[in-house]
Amino acid sequence: MKNIFLLPAILFTLLLLGSCSNDDDTPELVNEEELITTLTVTLVPEGGGTSITLSTQDLDGDGPDEPIIYVSSNLSAGVTYNGSISLLDESSRPAEDITEEVEEEADEHQFFYTVGSGLDVTVNATNFDSDGNALGTEFSLVANGVSSGILTFTLRHEPNKPTDNLATAGGETDIEASFTISVE
Amino acid sequence: MRIYFLMILLICSFPLLSQDCDYTLRGILTDFHDGTVLEGATIIVAGSERSFVTDSEGKFIIHHLCNETYSIQVSHPFCLTKGFRVSVTGDTFKTFKLEHHLEELNEITINGKVVSNQSKTLQENIINKEELERYSSRSLGDALANLSGVSSLNTGNTVIKPMINGLHSSRIVIINNGVRMEDQEWGAEHAPNVDVNSISKLTLIKGAGALQYSGDAIGGVIIAEASKVPFKDSIYGKTQLGVGSNGRGMFFNSELIKSYDTGWYTALQGSIKQFGDFETADYNLSNTGIYERNALLKFGLNTYDIGFEALYSFFKNEIGILKASHVGSAQDLLRAIESDRPLVINEFTYDIDAPKQDVTHHLARIKAYKRLVGLGKVKFQYDYQKNNRLEFDIRRGADRGKASLDLELDTHTLRLDLDAKTSNQSNLKVGFMGSYQKNFARNTGVRRLIPDYDKYDLGAYIIGDYQANEEWLFEIGARFDFTKMDVFKFYRTSFWESRNYNQQFSELVVEDFGSQILTNPKLDFNNGSGTLGIVNSFDEKHTLYFNYSLTSRIPNPSELFSEGLHHSASRIELGDLSFNSEIGHKLSFALERKEYKFSYSINPFINNISDFILIEPVSTTSTIRGTFQVWEYRQTNAQLLGVDLNATYVFNEQMQFNHQLSIVKGRDKTQNEALINMPPVNTTNEIVYYNNKFNNLRLALQSEYVFRQNEFPNTNFEVYIPNTESYVEVDGSTPPPAYHLINFNSSIDFDFSERSILTLGFQVTNLLNVSYRNYLNRMRLFADDLGRNFLLNIKLKY
Repeated sequence: MKNIFLLPAILFTLLLLGSCSNDDDTPELVNEEELITTLTVTLVPEGGGTSITLSTQDLDGDGPDEPIIYVSSNLSAGVTYNGSISLLDESSRPAEDITEEVEEEADEHQFFYTVGSGLDVTVNATNFDSDGNALGTEFSLVANGVSSGILTFTLRHEPNKPTDNLATAGGETDIEASFTISVE
Repeated sequence: MRIYFLMILLICSFPLLSQDCDYTLRGILTDFHDGTVLEGATIIVAGSERSFVTDSEGKFIIHHLCNETYSIQVSHPFCLTKGFRVSVTGDTFKTFKLEHHLEELNEITINGKVVSNQSKTLQENIINKEELERYSSRSLGDALANLSGVSSLNTGNTVIKPMINGLHSSRIVIINNGVRMEDQEWGAEHAPNVDVNSISKLTLIKGAGALQYSGDAIGGVIIAEASKVPFKDSIYGKTQLGVGSNGRGMFFNSELIKSYDTGWYTALQGSIKQFGDFETADYNLSNTGIYERNALLKFGLNTYDIGFEALYSFFKNEIGILKASHVGSAQDLLRAIESDRPLVINEFTYDIDAPKQDVTHHLARIKAYKRLVGLGKVKFQYDYQKNNRLEFDIRRGADRGKASLDLELDTHTLRLDLDAKTSNQSNLKVGFMGSYQKNFARNTGVRRLIPDYDKYDLGAYIIGDYQANEEWLFEIGARFDFTKMDVFKFYRTSFWESRNYNQQFSELVVEDFGSQILTNPKLDFNNGSGTLGIVNSFDEKHTLYFNYSLTSRIPNPSELFSEGLHHSASRIELGDLSFNSEIGHKLSFALERKEYKFSYSINPFINNISDFILIEPVSTTSTIRGTFQVWEYRQTNAQLLGVDLNATYVFNEQMQFNHQLSIVKGRDKTQNEALINMPPVNTTNEIVYYNNKFNNLRLALQSEYVFRQNEFPNTNFEVYIPNTESYVEVDGSTPPPAYHLINFNSSIDFDFSERSILTLGFQVTNLLNVSYRNYLNRMRLFADDLGRNFLLNIKLKY
């Protein structure tokens, strides 16, 4: 019957050894894989001219730092722009291009464009998924008249496609970037 | 011998034949030691051929008796047959206590006696086997929520966390088969990893009474135990099969136990449960299925002197999380809240897709005891638990299908306990405990929610009780715990600096990776806890309990280290490295009346908690994904007070009425505002019809009324909506209206063969198919709660 006390003794020793020999390995650094830190919109005027860049960059993701927003210049009235959106994860080195991933999964993604009041522009998606529904990483923007206001780009993951209504699209917002722009 | 006995009785009763003999003897049969009711005992009135069997509540009724003293013989499969002399004067009620044949052993049995000695001065609520079997297809949390003072904090309808007097998660300790569950219980959306079919008794202690297990149960202790194995040659078990209409699912459970009169036994149990998408009164709840698998194996030896038990249990649960609740930013959250119906409603399916949880829990335990003359019973226990939690979010690209969270929690615990009977009136329990826990977070490509850590605990306790006389009992206990945490945590540099940790905790930095900083916090906690209680049984029917308990709980890893987006809550949660332990002072009283006709208990309590850790919204922050509300943990002084009420009235041998009422109020004393997620006032009333002459037919109609919670902190906030170019309030805090549910429950027994009983059960929950939302369900922002459910189940006991 002494065995009954031997057992705890053995186990206790094992436990102590187990915890002492515990390797002091420091954990591996995790870089957020699906983080999108940067959205860049490039507007190329049809018929040539200087491209316009709109960008927002938030390097710490959901950390406390706010995104940095940049607009290179004003748009010109009456000009049609060929727009394209690029998404980057700049927290990893080299920076990772997320646009490709989104385009590969076109049927599960869609960009929506919200034109604020006062701003007189028309935006339409020009690239589509395999079902012929809008994807919107490429679009055309017509700067109609002299005006200014807010233009918002929203990327939804798994929206109820097809839709052009952001309010009922469902899904999860991956990006929401607003720019104050002027047409002159 | 018995013949003589009967003859004597017969002779004695002759002169009495002329008397008025229409009196009734009602009785209840209980275990001499722990007071549990004994079902299925045979009662024979000597001198007659009349025999009776006690029902599931241990009750029996004998009619047509005279004003005379009778000899009654009581026998029970697990007990020694015993004779009683009862004098009948008019309609009489009497409690009979039977010495469980097992009882001597139970005191040392591994399964048995732990319960009644948990706390002698706190009123305990017990859910017995019959009641538990009605929850076979559901969860531990559902079964517990049936007790007054217990509610549940839900995430949908399959993640059910028990809540005792308004407290949950780390403030509640669950003891499963003698093992303190270490299953990442800190998270509000982490349900306990206990299969309701693997246990046959649940005991609830609304306080920190069980110091032998822990000193940090500020809310209370839940003890889940397997049934006692009889001390005889036998093989028995049961098999259950159930189907449910809501979720179109089924469950299957089977157990087999083999016992020997030498004290050896072995038991095997397994269950499986699968449900597809559940539905509300009006629509499908997409991606809310569940697939659960469990197994338990144990064997052991029980003798008076010595015994042991080895046990292994496996629990695996895959739970779908309502698709529509998966939202990104605060703007998404607003849309989801503003929509009457969930934004995603798909066709019914059994498939469980992301977002989902997949949890595996292994528990292995060995236990041994030896009774030492002059010292008492020495018990030893080692247990090992491995908990693996996978949480899947909707991911993109190469990470699709990969878990976002992969945590592995390993816990080893050693205990050494001594139960000594120091005199006929007093008992002493002392013990030591040591445990080692390791949390490992696998790299999933998502920053760790809970960091890697090693945790060491050492604890010691002493509990004494003294039965002064039949009326008074005193209990006093103390416990000390030392805890050391050694943590490796990556902080975001921007957060580290914004919190000023770079000044305060610069010595913790191990390595700077630019955007992230690796730190090595080492935290020590010294915690004391204690309990003091008095019981006064001032007459045969009434007992008064008084208990004060002091509890100390160390902050859990999520309170200390959270730092980032909590996907399932769509908010950023920030912990605080400098937290100290929470200290609870709980005073509870209970007045209990136990009698055949009318029983009740009134249980008021007050729980003052200093350094209470709560989380509250402090601001909003913009990210490239949109706006998020920032919630920060804070320590404050909190007070919870309330009362739990239970009453039972027996109309006649067939009809019974049960009533329950729970009220709890929680306040943050520092900010003078209501605490979040406090259970609203609720009351349950039930009419039960039971007929033991007609196949134990039992019909129960239950009304459950939940009032609206009117006291809540307003955590609403405004968010900018580009579509409408306006700021809109996101109302995530206003509680839903009151609701009333009607449930029906029935069962009937049939003799299947000589040694087996077939029980058919039929239940309907939410009979009127009411649309409602429950304040304590985190999914209430997105969807209604469950609609009507028909549940049919068949049980074969052999």
